[in-house]
Amino acid sequence: MSKSKSAYSVPGKIGKTERHIIVVWVDNEAGVLARIAGLFSGRGYNIESLAVAEVDKKKHISRITIVTEGTPQVIEQINLQLKKLVPVHKVADFKRGEKDILFRELALFKMLANTKKQEKIKKICKKFNPVVLDKTTKSFVIQVTALRAEIDKLAIDLKRLGLISTSRTGAVAMTKGPKIFN
Amino acid sequence: MPKLFTGAEIVFKALEDQKVDYIFGYPGGAVLPIYDELKNHKSIKHILARHEQGAGHAAEGYARSSGKPGILLVTSGPGATNAVTALTDAYMDSVPLVCISGQVPTHLIGTDAFQECDTTGITRPCTKHNWLVKDVNDLARVLHLAFEVATTGRPGPVLVDIPKDIQFKKGKYSFSKSTLKKKLNGRATHKISNNELDKFIDLLKKSSKPIFYTGGGVINSGPQASEYLRELVALTGFPITSTLQGLGAYPGDDPQFLGMLGMHGTFEANNAMHDCDLMINIGARFDDRITGKVDEFSPGSKKIHVDIDPSSIGKNIKVDLAIVSDVSEFLKLLIKRFKEKNKNFLSSNKQKTSKWWSTIEKWREKKSLNFINSNKIIKPQHAVQRLYELTKDKDTFVTTEVGQHQMWAAQHYKFNKPNRWMTSGGLGTMGYGLPAAIGVQVANPGKLVVDIAGEASVLMTMQEMSTAVQYKLPIKIFILNNEYMGMVRQWQELLHEKNYSESYTAALPDFVKLAESYGCVGIRAKTPDELDEKIKEMVNVDRPVIFDCLVDKAENCFPMIPSGKPHNQMILGPEEEEEISDEGKILV
Repeated sequence: MSKSKSAYSVPGKIGKTERHIIVVWVDNEAGVLARIAGLFSGRGYNIESLAVAEVDKKKHISRITIVTEGTPQVIEQINLQLKKLVPVHKVADFKRGEKDILFRELALFKMLANTKKQEKIKKICKKFNPVVLDKTTKSFVIQVTALRAEIDKLAIDLKRLGLISTSRTGAVAMTKGPKIFN
Repeated sequence: MPKLFTGAEIVFKALEDQKVDYIFGYPGGAVLPIYDELKNHKSIKHILARHEQGAGHAAEGYARSSGKPGILLVTSGPGATNAVTALTDAYMDSVPLVCISGQVPTHLIGTDAFQECDTTGITRPCTKHNWLVKDVNDLARVLHLAFEVATTGRPGPVLVDIPKDIQFKKGKYSFSKSTLKKKLNGRATHKISNNELDKFIDLLKKSSKPIFYTGGGVINSGPQASEYLRELVALTGFPITSTLQGLGAYPGDDPQFLGMLGMHGTFEANNAMHDCDLMINIGARFDDRITGKVDEFSPGSKKIHVDIDPSSIGKNIKVDLAIVSDVSEFLKLLIKRFKEKNKNFLSSNKQKTSKWWSTIEKWREKKSLNFINSNKIIKPQHAVQRLYELTKDKDTFVTTEVGQHQMWAAQHYKFNKPNRWMTSGGLGTMGYGLPAAIGVQVANPGKLVVDIAGEASVLMTMQEMSTAVQYKLPIKIFILNNEYMGMVRQWQELLHEKNYSESYTAALPDFVKLAESYGCVGIRAKTPDELDEKIKEMVNVDRPVIFDCLVDKAENCFPMIPSGKPHNQMILGPEEEEEISDEGKILV
């Protein structure tokens, strides 16, 4: 048995982690994002991506979508800790892969490519709602919306076709059908 | 048009409406308008500390011994940063504090102005919530909301940062109860269902090896909660143990009480926790000082957890029945339901738990708190025992610093009432006890208030003796002086091959002379035979006292659970430790 040189207990077994998407409705006030981000960093939780914007101009409510990974116990703590924050109105939590949830991320790719190459690129992006936002003879900027893994893969494919700059959002989420998050 | 008030006036109107009688604070440039207004509000008295940390701990002591929120008033910059330790301490131990801090004028915020710091940024992780008020018309609402956040649900500190120009500006004042209550604890006030009560009672009935494990939540729920707890424990005949913060909720000298549990808890309490088949956690949070190695914590038991904070449940230990509730409210309903259906529970259940009780008696026979006394040198445990014997007939309030003396106080001083024991448990703040005693004495004039201290801890906030003298607060600082940071020294002895790196304090002050220089009374006890007389002298002086009790320098605090070990592998005393070290120090 190894000797512990600490006044603290040794770590126990760590359970299997799962990826969750957590949606938080907050008062859009100064410092609110710092409170959320501080809670995650202070307690050692992980933020994979984050998307924030005000969704109710009148009531000043912002909707924050956070993608995180943790053991079921940690995910439960994240939910409960978020609910304790004063500016937080409600929290919704989804396990990745749940069927009745939609996720989307948006990405902008800037490519160095001549017109011929541009056609090829558009073809590759076809499945992901491509929109060309800017176009010159030497370059163009294309916007796609897709799932994270799809964008990851796309970025790799585009690399050899002249990708010089990538800008991505965090995931946003919404339920399928008429029901909304409660 | 409604009457307009300056920001500073609004602060005091809000404090008056919240029925505040004492503020603990320290003035400075950015709060001068508020200090200027103090003279117009005779019902609110200000206690001038010597350091903002001292003011903060005094406010904590006031809050914990009175059940009311403690109010702290500090200036910007260093005033606010000095308060951070006290705020964090209050956050960890769930003490309601409202800290009002001055801030540089709004137009200078962000310019690195004189005595500017990002107060709300710095205090965000150590408060339940904080506010920077940039509009004087928000001030009244924010202040009342601050009181509500601090005192509802699981209590804790809050901070309101008020720029100096806002303190001068005129605005509206109104006092209306806020509507945000539902959210403050993450869940709307939870209505307890009969189904939950019946599940609880069912588990009680099925158990043959039960134990109550109660904590600070019982104290925070108010004196009524302790009454209910005593009733429930009597109704069931089950054994009960308490965390450090829960001491006093159940009488310390009652035969059903097994003493404190945890790292320095009793043999019987920890073994009962390990071997029980039902653990009933009421208002405790499965802290790491309690659980030890989580994987081996009480492996065979069903666990019930009653807590007002939903995030405390399932954080460290998975439980079988979770109840989100205020302790008092829940116990009231539970006892009613229990009595209705189980009239003869105690007698019918006696048989079932008799074997359990005889096992517990066997553990008790180990007398794990015993120590080898001496007639030449004062043993620290003996000093605490004598202090207890000589003060137990009074309604005594005890605070502590942090370290060995704190554990000895918890082990050997028996509390019979809630709100009589104020100690820094979660954060473990050395220097807590002296200023906390000031706050306790302010809230409880005429009562005996003793800070059981270590000489290292007490030097961290010694300057507050001056506060005690100024306000004629006859607190007693009972120092167990072993010249070491005792707990550090103990860990170094047990885990770091007796390399006492920087844990000895050379050049300590002469505490008796120090007392005299502050204008209070200094008493020194050197030998066991003069101890009682000196303690009596201390108790009988109606002035602040520093008591320098010279104790054995090598004494260690036992029993203890070594790090990473389950509850049934305790070290009972130095003999055992020696024996084990020969076998390869397996247990240490």
